Amino acid sequence: MIPCVSVSFDADADDDDAGDGEAPLLAVSGLCFAYGARVALADVDLTVWPGEVLAVAGESGSGKTTLLGCLSGELAPQAGRVGFLTRDGKRVDMHRLGEAERRRLLRTDWGIVRQNPRDGLRLGVSAGANVGEPLMVLGHRHYGWLRAQAGDWLDRVEIPTDRIDDPPATFSGGMQQRLQIARNLVTDPRIVLMDEPTGGLDVSVQARLLDLLRRLVADLDLAVVLVTHDLAVARLLADRLVVMKDGRIVETGLTDQVLDDPQHAYTQLLVSSVLQP
Amino acid sequence: MTAAAHKTDAAAASPAMLEVSGLAKTFTLHIQGGVRIEAFRDVAFSVAAGECLALVGPSGSGKSSVLRVVAGNYLAQHGSVKLRHRGQWVDMATAPHRRVQEVRRLSLGHVSQFLRAIPRVPAVEIVAEPLIRLGEERAAALARAAALLARLGIGERLMQLAPATFSGGEQQRVNIARGFIAEPPILLLDEPTASLDRANRDTVVALIGEAKARGAALLGIFHDADVRARVADRTYSLAKETAR
Repeated sequence: MIPCVSVSFDADADDDDAGDGEAPLLAVSGLCFAYGARVALADVDLTVWPGEVLAVAGESGSGKTTLLGCLSGELAPQAGRVGFLTRDGKRVDMHRLGEAERRRLLRTDWGIVRQNPRDGLRLGVSAGANVGEPLMVLGHRHYGWLRAQAGDWLDRVEIPTDRIDDPPATFSGGMQQRLQIARNLVTDPRIVLMDEPTGGLDVSVQARLLDLLRRLVADLDLAVVLVTHDLAVARLLADRLVVMKDGRIVETGLTDQVLDDPQHAYTQLLVSSVLQP
Repeated sequence: MTAAAHKTDAAAASPAMLEVSGLAKTFTLHIQGGVRIEAFRDVAFSVAAGECLALVGPSGSGKSSVLRVVAGNYLAQHGSVKLRHRGQWVDMATAPHRRVQEVRRLSLGHVSQFLRAIPRVPAVEIVAEPLIRLGEERAAALARAAALLARLGIGERLMQLAPATFSGGEQQRVNIARGFIAEPPILLLDEPTASLDRANRDTVVALIGEAKARGAALLGIFHDADVRARVADRTYSLAKETAR
């Protein structure tokens, strides 16, 4: 039993089109997902523009993580489309691609940063190998070049390069998260999904990671979908904010506008429940 | 509500940069029983290039809310906020999000009352950021930011620190520098001199004068009557018949 009907797919006629001829990198429409009878996503539409950070906020169980799973294709929605603009300007539905092609696209164009770095890293191999491996998967074989790339990326995420041969199991939580970010960015992706990237870290470690993310996103002109329950994180990193409740988007807007002048009752509750978002 | 604009002929010939008409803002507090609070209504004014319009009115009359609606930080229920952006009119009340962001980056500066400090980011970088986003080379942007902060009395050592621990007046000067550095064609100022000493007030008055001289349109709130008299060409009064 699917609790919603599929809607027409007209990504490029998005209502947030600024008339500049640019097209959204990601155009999601009518996304529905249910775990048995429990609805996790109900008719979700959203767009992500090149170079834009979109935060998805909401409490636990609001469907945020399910949404990320459906975007990358790890979860198959019961209805809806996830339209992705490929480098050659074609829009493909991530869920109608063949498995091989979807995996290829994920490797070249997508990054996925998990909340728990242990889910996104290979803990038994060295930090350098963790960063070099995605490049090897893309066909790079020159050891010296791979090692130089790994060293460069460790430096960019503020991991001392003399730790390049240490396995991440010996790293602190903050270092592991920075390593996971390096592993995801080394392939020069066009869009990165992040699920609570600062969750579970000490406040001072969070601040460092947020500053790092802020700079990397700006320098690399990355598009990011950032799932967070922390409105301060959204304020700091995101251009736009989407608020989810019970699997639905209840409000969307520029981050500062949604936080400073929330329109929906649920957003008002969220904003008023935290200290100085 | 009474609203009156007293126009001098100082900027009469210059083109309008900002045109606000029929603007109304009401907050609906859903989690407090849906109570509605009117911030302002029937607000209309225009600001020309090279001109400074001061919003006046008692506390609670909605002056800051008007600035925030113009900046796209608050949503309006009625009316339009037309800004001249790259030679075209953009209505901030209805423009798509990405257009509002572009206007903020290229055409609009907003000096709010409080600085939002970012952990670990030094004051000089916070000030340089609008320039860097316009494509200015990083070193040059930082040099200009340092010069502007020095002019506002923020020393070399202080500007290399994150401003979270700065005093109110120091944070305000960082905010002012960030608003002025990119020389936006339209500039919103929310009590820019509220916690400044005499010397720094004079510096801000000079910065406003320079912005007007290069053709910027300024819309501001100035509680200090002396400052207001020195910078404002006209005033627009937001007065409420009933206190809120």
